[in-house]
Formats: sequence, C-alpha cells, structure tokens
Amino acid sequence: MPAHLSIKEIADSQAQLRRKKLVLFAFTLPLLLFVMLAFVAPIATMLYRSVYHPTVAQLIPQTLKQMQGWETQPDTLPDSDSLVTFALELKSLAGERRSGKLAEEINRVFPGASSLIKSTARKLKHLDEQEIIASQGTILLDSHKKWHNPALWHAIASAGEVWTSRYYLTALDLQLSPEGAIESRDTRIYLKLYWKSLRIALLITLLTAVLAFPLSYFLANASSAKANTLLVFVLLPFWTSLLVRTTSWIALLQTNGVVNSTLKVLGIIDQPLELLYTEFATVISMTHILLPFMVLPLYSVMKNIDPSYFRAALSLGAKPLPAFAKIYFPMTLPGLSAGALLVFIISIGYYITPALVGGTDGQMISNIIAFHMQSSNNWELAAALGSLLLVLILALYWLYDRMVGVNNIKLG
Amino acid sequence: MLSASAYLVLAFLILPILVVIPLSFNAEPFFSFTPGMLALEPDAYSLKWYQEIIEDDKWLLAIKNSFIIGFFATLIATTLGTLAAIGLSNPNMPAQRWIMAVLLSPMIVPLIITAAGMFFFYTQFNLAGSYLGVIIAHAALGTPFVIITVNAALAGFDYSLVHASLGLGAKPGYTFFKVIMPLIRPGVISGALFAFVTSFDEVVVVLFLAGPEQRTIPRQMFSGLREQINPTILAVATLLVIVSALLLLTLEYLRARSERIRLGTQ
Amino acid sequence: MKTRVSSTLLVASLFSATTLFSAATHADSLTAVSFGGAYGATQQKHMLDPFMEATGHEILFENYSGGIAELKAQVESGNILWDVIDVEVIDLERACSEGLLEPFPMDTLPPGDDGTPAMEDFSEEALANECGVGNIVWTVLFAYNNDTIGSGKPMTVADLFDTEMFPGKRALRKRPQVNMEWALLADGVAKDEVYALLETDEGQQRALDKLASIKDDIIWFDSWSQAPQLLNDGGAVMVQSANGRIFDAIQSEGKPFEMVWDGHLYDLDVWAVVKGTKKKALAEEFIRFATGSKPLSGMPDIAYGPTRQSSYAYVDPEIIPKLPSSHLDEGLKASGVFWADYGESLGEKFNEWLLE
Repeated sequence: MPAHLSIKEIADSQAQLRRKKLVLFAFTLPLLLFVMLAFVAPIATMLYRSVYHPTVAQLIPQTLKQMQGWETQPDTLPDSDSLVTFALELKSLAGERRSGKLAEEINRVFPGASSLIKSTARKLKHLDEQEIIASQGTILLDSHKKWHNPALWHAIASAGEVWTSRYYLTALDLQLSPEGAIESRDTRIYLKLYWKSLRIALLITLLTAVLAFPLSYFLANASSAKANTLLVFVLLPFWTSLLVRTTSWIALLQTNGVVNSTLKVLGIIDQPLELLYTEFATVISMTHILLPFMVLPLYSVMKNIDPSYFRAALSLGAKPLPAFAKIYFPMTLPGLSAGALLVFIISIGYYITPALVGGTDGQMISNIIAFHMQSSNNWELAAALGSLLLVLILALYWLYDRMVGVNNIKLG
Repeated sequence: MLSASAYLVLAFLILPILVVIPLSFNAEPFFSFTPGMLALEPDAYSLKWYQEIIEDDKWLLAIKNSFIIGFFATLIATTLGTLAAIGLSNPNMPAQRWIMAVLLSPMIVPLIITAAGMFFFYTQFNLAGSYLGVIIAHAALGTPFVIITVNAALAGFDYSLVHASLGLGAKPGYTFFKVIMPLIRPGVISGALFAFVTSFDEVVVVLFLAGPEQRTIPRQMFSGLREQINPTILAVATLLVIVSALLLLTLEYLRARSERIRLGTQ
Repeated sequence: MKTRVSSTLLVASLFSATTLFSAATHADSLTAVSFGGAYGATQQKHMLDPFMEATGHEILFENYSGGIAELKAQVESGNILWDVIDVEVIDLERACSEGLLEPFPMDTLPPGDDGTPAMEDFSEEALANECGVGNIVWTVLFAYNNDTIGSGKPMTVADLFDTEMFPGKRALRKRPQVNMEWALLADGVAKDEVYALLETDEGQQRALDKLASIKDDIIWFDSWSQAPQLLNDGGAVMVQSANGRIFDAIQSEGKPFEMVWDGHLYDLDVWAVVKGTKKKALAEEFIRFATGSKPLSGMPDIAYGPTRQSSYAYVDPEIIPKLPSSHLDEGLKASGVFWADYGESLGEKFNEWLLE
C-alpha cells in the first residue's frame, strides 16, 4: 500500500477486497454445497460404513452383554447363562426370520458358522422357552459339536463389536486370532487383486504411452490442416460411448469374432484363439479406450516444442538418437507425465470393461468391490476395499495436482 | 517408418469403432461377418435389428430415460458449474486451489466408489430407485467438466468489463447475461455437452442407484452384453457412434467460434 | 428478452420435472422379475400378456440371473425395486427363511379349470414353501454340440469331468449350486449320499478338488440365457443349462444340440412376492393368475412341466416324454433346505476357490 493512504482508506480497500472475496465465494457456494451433499457425503458414508457395523449388536444384545468379562479367557466356553440367553435370542430371531442375518454375519468372522446357526435356529424355533432355560444351555451344546469350540464364541463376541477394524484387516488379507493378535489369513485374495490392478494399470499406461508417442509426434509435426483432420480419429473414439467401445471389442475378440475369423481365413490358425474373457481382453480394450487421454496432452505439449532445438543439436554434430533422447524427449515429459498419471488413475479403478470382457482372469479390484456390493452383500467389506482404493487414488490425484495442476486439465 | 506407425495407431483407434457399423446390418443373429456379408450379398444384410429397437418397449424406455436424465443433470450441472467457474477463475477467490480440487474430484474418484457411496447415502433419503436420485448423481459427475470448460473460456477474461458494466448502473443479472455470458457462451455450451455425454454414457451409478423404471441406454446395453448378446446392441451402438460424431462436429464448431471471439476481444 | 426465455425454460422444466417424479410412483404398474431368454419369452406370452390384457395393469418385465443377492440388497437397504419374482426352489428356502419374501396366502389360490380345489390340484412340492407358488418343474442338465464334440458321445456326469475323452471347454454357471453335487456324482458318490456328504468339510473339499481337476477347461457364466449361446458360438463343447433353453434351441432354431439326462438336478421354480413391496395386493393377484391352469399349460412350449394337474388337459401329449417329470429316475432332486443352510458358507468358499 502506498504510504500516503490514510488508515481509513486502507481499511476501506481491505473491506472492499473482503467483500469481493465474499461475492466470489458466493458464486461458488451453491455448487460447493451441491457437491458436498451429492458426492462428498456419500463417500463419507462409505468410509463410516467400513468401520461402524452395529448389526450383530442389535440382533443379540443380551448375549453380548452377558458375555462381557468372559472374553479374556481364550480356552473356555461362556457360562451357562450366556448360552441360555443366546439360545433364547436365536429362537426369537428365527421366529422373526432374522436368524439368517445373524448366521451371515457370524459366518464372515467364522467361516462355516452359517449352516450351524441356521440349522440350530430351525431346531430351536420349535422348542419351548422353558425347556431351553431348564436345559442350562445343554440343548444348544448337544445340537452340534461345533458349539463346543471356544473360537466360535470368540467370533460371536468379535462380530458383536460395533466399531471394528475387521473389514480393513480382511481387505488386507489379515485377521485377528482369538488371542487378539493380527495374523495373515489362510486364503490371500485381496492383496493379490490390488497388485494385479496396479500391474494391469501400469501395463495399460505403458502401452498407451508407447502407442501415443509416435502418433502425437507425427500429428505435432504435420501441417495444421492435416493434423486437424487426423485428430478427428483420436477425438471420435474419445467421444464414443464406453459401452459402444466395449461392445466393439466383444465383437472383435469373440470365439467366432472378427479377429479369429480373419486369422482363420488367412490360414494363420486352425482353432480359434481364446481371446475374450481373458486378462488380454481387459488390457487391450482398456488401452484402446484410454489412448486418447494420453494422445491429447502429449500432442498439445509436442506442438509447442520448438523443433529448432533438436535441429540445432543435430547440426552441432549430435547423433539423431542420443539427441532425441537428451534434447527432445525431456521436453515432452510434462505431457507424458500428465497423460500417464491420468491414464493410470482412470484405469486402476475401472469397472465396466473388465466386468464385460475380463472373464475370471481379467478382473480388477473394482470388480471385487462390485461383487461384494451386489452378489455377496458384504457391504462393509466393499466399503473397506473401496476406502483403500480411494486413498490410493487421492494420493495419485494429489501428485497430479502437484505436477500438472488440476486447473490444467484439458478436454478434447 | 514414423508415419506408418502413426497411421497404424490411428487405425487401432478408429477401426474397432467402425467395425460395429457393418455388423449391425447382419441378417444373422451373430456378432461376426457371415460369408454372405463378405460376398456382399444383399440378403446377408438387413435392417431388422434397427426395427427391433423401435419395437422393444425396453429400448424405447431406455432411450427416453437417457434423454430425460441427461437433460436435467445437464441443466443442474451447467447452471451451478458456470456460476462456480466465474468465482473460481478470479485470482481473488479464497482457497481457490482447495475448492477446485474438491469440485473436480467427482471426475477422479473411481465410479465404483462413487456408486457404492451413493447407494449407501441415497437409500437413506429414498432417492435410490428414483429419477431424482439418478439426476442428482449425474449432475454431480458432470459439474467438473463444466468448470473446466467455462474456466478455460474465462482465461484472460477482463474483469474490468464487469466493473464497467456495474459502474454504469447495470443490474448484476443484466451484466451477467449481457456482458459475461456472450464471452463464455461457447465454453458453457461445450461444458453442457460434456455434462450431457457424461450422464448419457454413465452406467455404474445407474447400476447401483436406478430401478427398472429408470433404465438408461448404457444400462440396457450392459445387461444385454452380460446376458444375451444379440445384434440389437450393435444397432444401438451404431446409432450412438453417429450421435458422438455429431457431438464432435458441434464441439469443433464451437471451438473455432470461441477462438474467433477470444481473438476479437483482445 | 434472453433472460425471460431462459426463465420460461426453467419453469417449464421444473413443471415437467414434478410431473415426471409423480409419474415414477405410478400405482398400477408391477415389476416382475424372471430369467429372460426363451423362458422369459414363454412367461411373457402365457402369463404376463394375458394378465395385462385381462386386467389393464402394466407389467415391467425384468431379467435377473438368479440367486438371492439382488433381492437381499433391496430388502436390507429398504430400496424395494421389484414386486414379483420367479425364484428357483434351490434359493427359495433361504430367501423365505431370511425374510426376503412375503408369505403367500395359499387359501386364495383359485381352483383348476376342471374345478379341482387348488390344494389338490397343485403338486405337493409346488406349495411346500409358504412363500412361493410353484410354477414349473424344470431341471439342470448338461448338453453338448454334435458339431464340435468330436467322435465320442458323453453319456454321464462323469464324462463332463473327463477332459481326456472329451477335450474342450465346459460352460458352467458360476455358483456352487449344482456344480458341487455334480462333482461328487462324477467322483462316484451315490445320489442319495450327495447332500449328506456335502454337509461335511471333507465332502466339500472333495467336490472342490474334483472341480479343480477341470478348472482350466471351465467357462463360467452368470445367466441361464447365456448357456445355449455358449454352446452355439461361444467356444464351449458342453454346457450346463436349464433343459428348456436347450430344448428351445433344438426345436425352434434347429441347433445340433444333445441333452444328457444322467445326474440332472430337477427343481421347481415358484412365483413369490418381494418383502416390503408397495404393490403386494397386485402382486398376489398376478401370481393367482399366472399359476392358473391355462397359463401354466403354456410352459411345456419349452419342455417345462406345469405344477398343477388340471393344466395337462391343455398339453400336447407328444411333449410329455420330453418333460423332466419323465426322467426323474435318472436325476436327483435339488435340496432347497441344504442350500438354505450351506448356501452362505459354500458360496464364500466357492468364490475364494475361484479366485485362487
């Protein structure tokens, strides 16, 4: 501020700036609120669901209350009062057709418990309450030998915890032992899938880069009329529906599809190759779908590289290949990294294309999230797997913002 | 060598899209070229899969739904997005970088996560299985594109024009429509097109959030591809390729116009 | 001027929006869900179309690929999208005992066209579960394609697992149901011991091991409607299928398919009302109509047997030998009770096994 302004004038101009900022913020506010409610809040709900799970605590509240205190003894069964309470609660759940829910929940902590609880519930349903009380829990223990296993009861107690890290442990192929130590699970699925998704995403990123580089170079150095015409071939796929492009790949890769019948006619193969429903199908169709995201930023960077640098190096006696590697290539890095990050971010969370062309081999982490949302109805595990994926994506997004700047995303 | 590889990549980009067009005229219920088609026999070609779209209530409902949902989602996304972009493109905007990062995040977060979260959240308000729910979700997904395009149109926008207009006594609304709007219109329209296409092409959120009554074209295609593949899908795909070609032409036209406007004002 | 145009547009769109959203909760339309393909088309022709014509109600007919997951997601989230559903009995016990379906008032079922009261007209199994009304008797068997199978002809379930004698891909539906039973049958277990053995860990492991022996040759599919397609041009030489779909492909498209009845797992399908639907009364009305003598008599079009005796008066006698009911000796009855208890844990085991 110039010195000759009075304090009042300074205060006025500051107030004006503040007002201006407020007006600008007011412009943005409706959308900010909208995005918060329509988008951020749902994602927060998902995070919440991955750790908060009161279902079992609501199904068998009395049993859980009575079992408190017993939990510290790993090798004993709960006392007979707890057993009776559990039998009574299970009986009443069976009457309300909710015992299936309990069975499902316990089964997630103790695989195999589902059939035990369901068949026991069916027996208890027809028994008299007094009879159950009088038996002091032996009715329950006699119904199946598995009820004698303390680990099962620990699993019930553990499933009853309202706040839990269990789903994150499962999502990382870990579990809690009855003694409360973290150990790895027998079957490892999810870490393998994360690695596989990373590997496929990386492969797709590499493939798009390799394909996009010569094309972008060619376009950047062609006359602008020619470049604009050829650019249509990049933009048309970009604007074409994802489902259309996936459909095309199904038509191409099927057993009797275009690729196989062409190869057959040419006499290259006798038996059709198995192309569709494989990891190969996922990779090639996603490379096709994401290629424009690599070409466009690379092209716009290359277009602005002054070819005289490269020529100068050559005229100074540098060999073409080293000159290209040392002079030209580094100048394309901003475009390459922007494209690579974008392709990587998009491909790692891809769902639709792997679901349609990937078969069993070509599935990625998103597909198992969808599986737990839609087929196994293990929403909490889906939420935990999704949260881990989200953390990964946000880290990449942050990196992208650092390196490229979110303001610099260009479309088309 | 270079041009050959460049043309090969272009062929890789475009051929898979073009291949569906002749296949959609296949007289047989297959996804592959029949010997008759290759011999160019007229009998091997037919329009019956197109006819099947017109006669199938489900496809008609899906087409209707796609346009209804796309229209309202675009309306919301464009209105809110344009306003926000006007605020965000001004250098005096507080916390610009952070707000921008939040507002653009719907474009970055994997759709499966968004869809799962929306399923949990929207069901609590009875918005799942309703048009309103899908429209809101799609509007949220479309706004980043509006922000980006309008922001680009506002780059280099001279804010003194607004001050001049306001200083001369024009009402804010009048200033918006008469001063700002003409300059950013191409950006707004292309943002709207992007928002529309986002909704028109979206299937994951629809899978999780929509009921049978809100089925859209991509949703119908998805279940078709999963359950029973038949060339009706290829016919739909061909129509969609034509739609996207038209969109592309519109956008190119807008881009040329906005270049002219920008050069004109500077 | 421009502003006025846009505000008019806004008002107009808001107006159409309100009409749109109120239309979304149209009272007289019903959403019915079944399995699509040839079966769906037959139900459309003999059940849905006549019902819509007779009552004037609209029915939105959706496909699903079976199982209880989607149903469960709807009931547990309170987001009920379906009203009436066609359920395989193998899933029915579980769906009903977990509160996903409404009990059906069996005493409101109308008598058969010949006057027989419903309780005597329907087969006992058709009304055995309180939630569903039997619709068809069908079966899961495997079929092969004469053009691609080669010289030998598969005769037994064991042949399905014999990749040396019969090389090539086998297409199976991606779920433990039926596959576990077949694995044990192929491994030499007697029919009446299959379910008892599957209750044990050893039996389950034995079934999975048997499946693992041909794992590389299996194409997994999700929906019954894919089965004939996979056999036709999808690269499978043998396919697990609902019998009606193979029958339809042979009958109406002249496909060179052959059915193998050995070890087929017969089952019923029922119509049931989804728990919590707002259109319960209309849903029940539809079920009463669809399980009438005449609509059921249309099911043998694709070799599915009607569940009530009075329907047979309308059925072409020539079709009878092709119905599953004529092949019961060669088959095994699918156990809904077993899968109600073990569907959950075996489903989990099976999926982990798939990902291994």
